[in-house]
Amino acid sequence: MSTKTSLSAIPGLPKLLRSFRLSAWLGWQIESNWADPFLFAIYSLVKPLAAVGILVVMYSVITGGDFESAMFTYMYIGNAFYLFVGQVMTGISWAVIDDREHYKTIKYIYLAPIHFPTYLLGRGVARFLITSISVAVTLILGVLFLDVQIILSQVNWPLLLITMLVGVNMLAMMGLILASVMLLMAHHNWGLGEAVAGALYLFSGAIFPLEVLPPFLRLIGYLMPTTYWLELIRRSLAPQIAGTFPTLQNLSNTQLFEILLILTIVFGILSVITFRWCDHRARERGLIDVVTNY
Amino acid sequence: MATGVPAAPSTLTTPALRLDKAGGWKLFLKTVGARAYPRVIGAQREKSWMFFEIFLPLLAVAAYVFVYRAIQAPEEYIGFVIVGGAMTAFWMNILWSMSSQLYWEKETGNLALYIMAPNSMMAILLGMAFGGLFMTSVRALVIFVVGSWLFQVQYQVTSFWQLFVVFMLTMIALYGMGMMAASVFLLLSREAWHISNLAQEPVYLMSGFYFPVKNLGFVTALAASFIPLTVGLDALRQLAFPSGSSLGFLSVQVEIAILIGLSIIFLIGARWLLAYMEKLAIREGRLTESRR
Repeated sequence: MSTKTSLSAIPGLPKLLRSFRLSAWLGWQIESNWADPFLFAIYSLVKPLAAVGILVVMYSVITGGDFESAMFTYMYIGNAFYLFVGQVMTGISWAVIDDREHYKTIKYIYLAPIHFPTYLLGRGVARFLITSISVAVTLILGVLFLDVQIILSQVNWPLLLITMLVGVNMLAMMGLILASVMLLMAHHNWGLGEAVAGALYLFSGAIFPLEVLPPFLRLIGYLMPTTYWLELIRRSLAPQIAGTFPTLQNLSNTQLFEILLILTIVFGILSVITFRWCDHRARERGLIDVVTNY
Repeated sequence: MATGVPAAPSTLTTPALRLDKAGGWKLFLKTVGARAYPRVIGAQREKSWMFFEIFLPLLAVAAYVFVYRAIQAPEEYIGFVIVGGAMTAFWMNILWSMSSQLYWEKETGNLALYIMAPNSMMAILLGMAFGGLFMTSVRALVIFVVGSWLFQVQYQVTSFWQLFVVFMLTMIALYGMGMMAASVFLLLSREAWHISNLAQEPVYLMSGFYFPVKNLGFVTALAASFIPLTVGLDALRQLAFPSGSSLGFLSVQVEIAILIGLSIIFLIGARWLLAYMEKLAIREGRLTESRR
């Protein structure tokens, strides 16, 4: 295999778009064509709703169901949007194991004239689309039944849209870093993307303000782009609760957005470096089409 | 033969080349060991799993601890999260390394070999369970010990004997359930993968991994009791924490009885379903083909 296939010979934009479009279509087929649309819709909603349900019950048990508090809205919105982190990262990174060890097609994909990182990013699209619906349903149910403080007339739609746009790219870059690492790893774990997302849950201020963490852990939270992404999401959806918590209170929306953008670019550069290094190592060690089923 | 070439000695009659074939219990135990071996050895060969399977889940459990801290929950709830977080390891192992494993083995081409080989499928599944238990137990133990130490969890065990019995029964019932589910998932084919995926967060919710299951109400908790971890976890909390009994769903004795019942049902069910699956594989010859 020529190392130029995906290292230096980056094809033009039309070819990149074609790789992306086709891998997105493939990902959608893999994710959705095992069931009829109704069953698939239920499946897509039950898992995220249960994830939110865990927190709702935990909160309810301790506070006696005080859902009108700012803390609950903070937690609910953060948790709902955090679903994207696990799903986008899993969608992109699991494609490596799926193609390498399940379908055993990765060697053909490597040989084909496509840009492999773009292919991986495309594989994450299906999960992103499914999760978007899950998040929307979660938010609607929260507003209707749990007093989540989202008032449609107060939502900052342009901020929400641009934050989502940058945020999705940031998550895609994080997913690509994980996918690169998986090129070198044996298939020990089934839910690696979700395991990484679960760990980052701690540092992102998704379900509690960073002030709750000890100072040395708080520092990691300030380095994570997801922290700023979730804060901007909260500010755009529920601006009235944004000032309730001291985390990032001194930063304006513009400053938060600039930090998010810079960290997204940093993660983008890191993902390119990580992919090149891991791809090279995987080729050198003959791991591209290895099967490691324990 | 009149070729002038001396005939080669028959390998069938050469005593030195005759294989010592195991049978009965010896074959059963050898099969268990043989299937457990790659899992244990695989874990030694590439240790990246320690980071992804132990360190990262520990952080995820810590996140739930800080949620309770943020809403000023009583300290005992932090202990509930640590115990529940440690037990998630076993549920994940059941889902992905037991229930889905035969389906995965089919997809990778091993299942046909398992069925053709003169060994018991029950032994293969037991081997998977024991092999998987190594990594899972390490993960659960680390989350339990490190989590308890980091967050200064105070335990007050009322009966070590009952605690041991409850844990062992929970494991027997749980792995029995995993062995049974392996056959069911295989019959379901590709849907099995999605069922495993689906059975994570909903089960964490219904079984009360991060809060006492009693809070879901009697009917919901009772319905969730067919999963051994629901009653097992509830009993463990009752036995390990001072206020555990007041937050318990049923008495420990009743929960032990339920676990015994579940162990028997799941183990018998696993044996019956495996036999049915083998019969199906032989009769229809389609079970081991990969349908995508």
